[in-house]
Amino acid sequence: MSEPRRATPVEDLNLVKLSKIYGGLAAVDDLTLTIPGGSFFALLGPSGCGKTTTLRMVAGLENPTSGQMFVGAQEITDLKAYKRPVNTVFQSYALFPHLDIFENVAFGLRRRGVKDVTGPVERMLDLVELTSMARRKPGQLSGGQQQRVAVARALINEPDVLLLDEPLGALDLKLRRQMQIELKRIQVEVGTTFVHVTHDQEEAMTMADTIAVMNQGRIEQLGAPTQIYENPATAFVANFLGQCNLVPGQITGGDGDNAVLSANGFNFSVPRSRIHAAGSSAILGVRPEKITMYWADEPLPAGHNRLEGTVTDVSFTGVSTQYLVKVPWGQELVVFEQNLSLEELSRRGEHVQIGWAPGHTFALDGAEDITAGMGSHVVGA
Amino acid sequence: MAWLRSKLLGIVAVLVLVYLFVPIAVVAVLSFNNPEGKFNVSWNEFSLSAWGNLCGVAGVCQSFILSIEIALIATLIATVFGTMIALALVRYRFRGRGAANSLIFLPMATPEVVLGASLLALYLNLRLPLGFWTILIAHIMFTISFIVVAVKARLQGMDPRLEEAAQDLYASPWQTFRFVTFPLVLPGILGAALLGFALSFDDFIISNFASGTTVTFPIFIWGAAQRGIPVQVYALATLVFALALVGTVLGQIVSSRRRRKLAASS
Repeated sequence: MSEPRRATPVEDLNLVKLSKIYGGLAAVDDLTLTIPGGSFFALLGPSGCGKTTTLRMVAGLENPTSGQMFVGAQEITDLKAYKRPVNTVFQSYALFPHLDIFENVAFGLRRRGVKDVTGPVERMLDLVELTSMARRKPGQLSGGQQQRVAVARALINEPDVLLLDEPLGALDLKLRRQMQIELKRIQVEVGTTFVHVTHDQEEAMTMADTIAVMNQGRIEQLGAPTQIYENPATAFVANFLGQCNLVPGQITGGDGDNAVLSANGFNFSVPRSRIHAAGSSAILGVRPEKITMYWADEPLPAGHNRLEGTVTDVSFTGVSTQYLVKVPWGQELVVFEQNLSLEELSRRGEHVQIGWAPGHTFALDGAEDITAGMGSHVVGA
Repeated sequence: MAWLRSKLLGIVAVLVLVYLFVPIAVVAVLSFNNPEGKFNVSWNEFSLSAWGNLCGVAGVCQSFILSIEIALIATLIATVFGTMIALALVRYRFRGRGAANSLIFLPMATPEVVLGASLLALYLNLRLPLGFWTILIAHIMFTISFIVVAVKARLQGMDPRLEEAAQDLYASPWQTFRFVTFPLVLPGILGAALLGFALSFDDFIISNFASGTTVTFPIFIWGAAQRGIPVQVYALATLVFALALVGTVLGQIVSSRRRRKLAASS
C-alpha cells in the first residue's frame, strides 16, 4: 500500500460462474467474464438485464448467490465493500451533501488513515479541473461538475477497478457528449480498469474498448464496438446496437469464402466468417447505412447483393436521409443515405434498386426472434 | 366587497394569529402587575417586584429547577435510545419489525390519564417509592416515541446510496455512521430532542400520577391555582417563553445567513 500502486501492472477482474437469484428469478445467470486490466469495459443492456446487479456484486454492495470474483489472484467474493480494491461512481453521484468538495474527494484517503491528503486531493481536483471549487458544497455545483467530483472521489484511491453506474444518465445530451470524451481522457491518463454500466449503446461504443452486451442476466456477445456492431451474433445484439434489417431464409450453398442465402426467392451472398447459424435455417442481416440506393436503370457494382423496391417513406434528418423501401415480398427495409449528392432525394412511390456489398452482410441463426432487443432500444440518445 | 374579498385571507390569518398569541401576551403583561388581592387576573398597577424576586414564593424555584433537571435528563436518555431505535427500524429488516413500528406509536395514541394511572399501578405493585426517579422513568417512556418518529422521518428522507458510497470509500460500519449517517440526521435528532424537552418540561397529567409528594413546575402551578397563582409564576413562564423565542430567532438568523452565503458564493 505504501508504494504507488500504478507502478505495478493493473490486475484483471475475473468473474467466475457468478449468479444472483432474487425470489427464484436469476438477475445474473452463471456469468463468467474476464475484464482485462487497464481496459475501458462497458456492460451494455436494457434495464433489468442484470448489469447493475453485476456491478453492485463487484463493489460488494450485493452478495452473489453463487460464484466467485477475483482481482488478479486475490479473491474478493467474501470481502466487505470497504475492504475491496474497487471504487464506484454512483448513479446520481451520491456525493456527501454535508462535506465540501475537498472533503468529499479526501474521504477515502482519510478512512484509510492517510496522513497528508492535501497533495493528492489537489492533484485529483486538477485532473478533473475543479481546483477552484474545493471549498464549495456539492449542492452548489452543476450536474457535470458533480459528476467530475464523483469520479475524482473514486479515483483518488487508485482502485484496481473503477465501476461507473450509468454515470452520465442525469446529464443533458450536450454535456453527456463532453463527459464521454472527458472520461475517456481520464481513463487513458490514470490507466485504471473502468467498468462502465450503461443502457445507451452510443455511449458504450464511444468510450469502451470492449463491450459485453447483456440480456436477461447473460452475456449475449462480447467484443470490440466495431466487431459487435458490424458482425452481431444474435438478433438481440443486432437490434440493440442500432437499426437492422433482418430477413429469414435458408443457406442453400455457395463457393469458397461466400455462402448463398436464399430468402423469399432471392439469393444473397454472405461471407462464411459472418454466419452465426448452426444449421441451414438462417436470418439475413444488413444495417441500413450499408445499403446504397440506385435509380431503376443504374448498373450495380459486380457481386453486390441487389433488390428492387418502391420507396414508401422518406425522412430527412440532416446528416442523412432515412428511406423505407418496400421489397417484392412486402417487407419494408430501412436504408440510410448520407446527404452527399446535389441531386434531388428519391420520392415516395418511386421505383428504385438497393444494393450492398456481401462483406456487410451477416447471417444469424434461424431460431432467433427477429424482434429481440427492439423494444428496449434507446432511440436517438 | 371586492376589496374585502381580496383581503379576506389576510384578515382571517391575522385574527387566528392574534387568537393564538393573546394568552401568551396576557401572561407576559400580568407578570409586571401588582395584583389587588390573591388572584392575578386583572390589571392593577405596574410593578417589577416579581421579576426582582423570582424565587420569592416558597417552592416555586425548586419546582422550576426540578422540572428543568428532569426534562434535560429524560431528553438526553430518550434521544440516545430513540435514535438507536429509529436507526434499527429504518435500516434493518428483522423479525417483529412491523410490530415494533406500530407499538412505538402506541404511547402517543394512548390518553395520558390512562398512561399515568397504569404507571402508578405498576410503581405501587413494584413498591417503588414515588418521586424524582419515577417521574424521570415516566418522562423517558413517553418522550421516546416522539423522538423515534421524528428521527425516523429524517432517516427515511436520506439517500441510502450515501451510506453505500461511504462503504465503497473504505468506511467501516462505525465510520459510516460517524462521518455520514450521524451528521446528516443530526438536525433531525436536535429537533426531536427539543420536542422531547418541551413535552417533558410541561407535562402535568403523567407527572401528577408518578410524583408522590415531589413537586414539578406544572404541579406547583396547578396547586397554586387553587389559592391564587403568585406573580413569580407569570414571570418564570414569560422567561421560558422569551428564552425559547430568542433561541428560535437566533436559529433562523444563522440558517438564513448560511443560505445567503451559499447563494452569494455560487
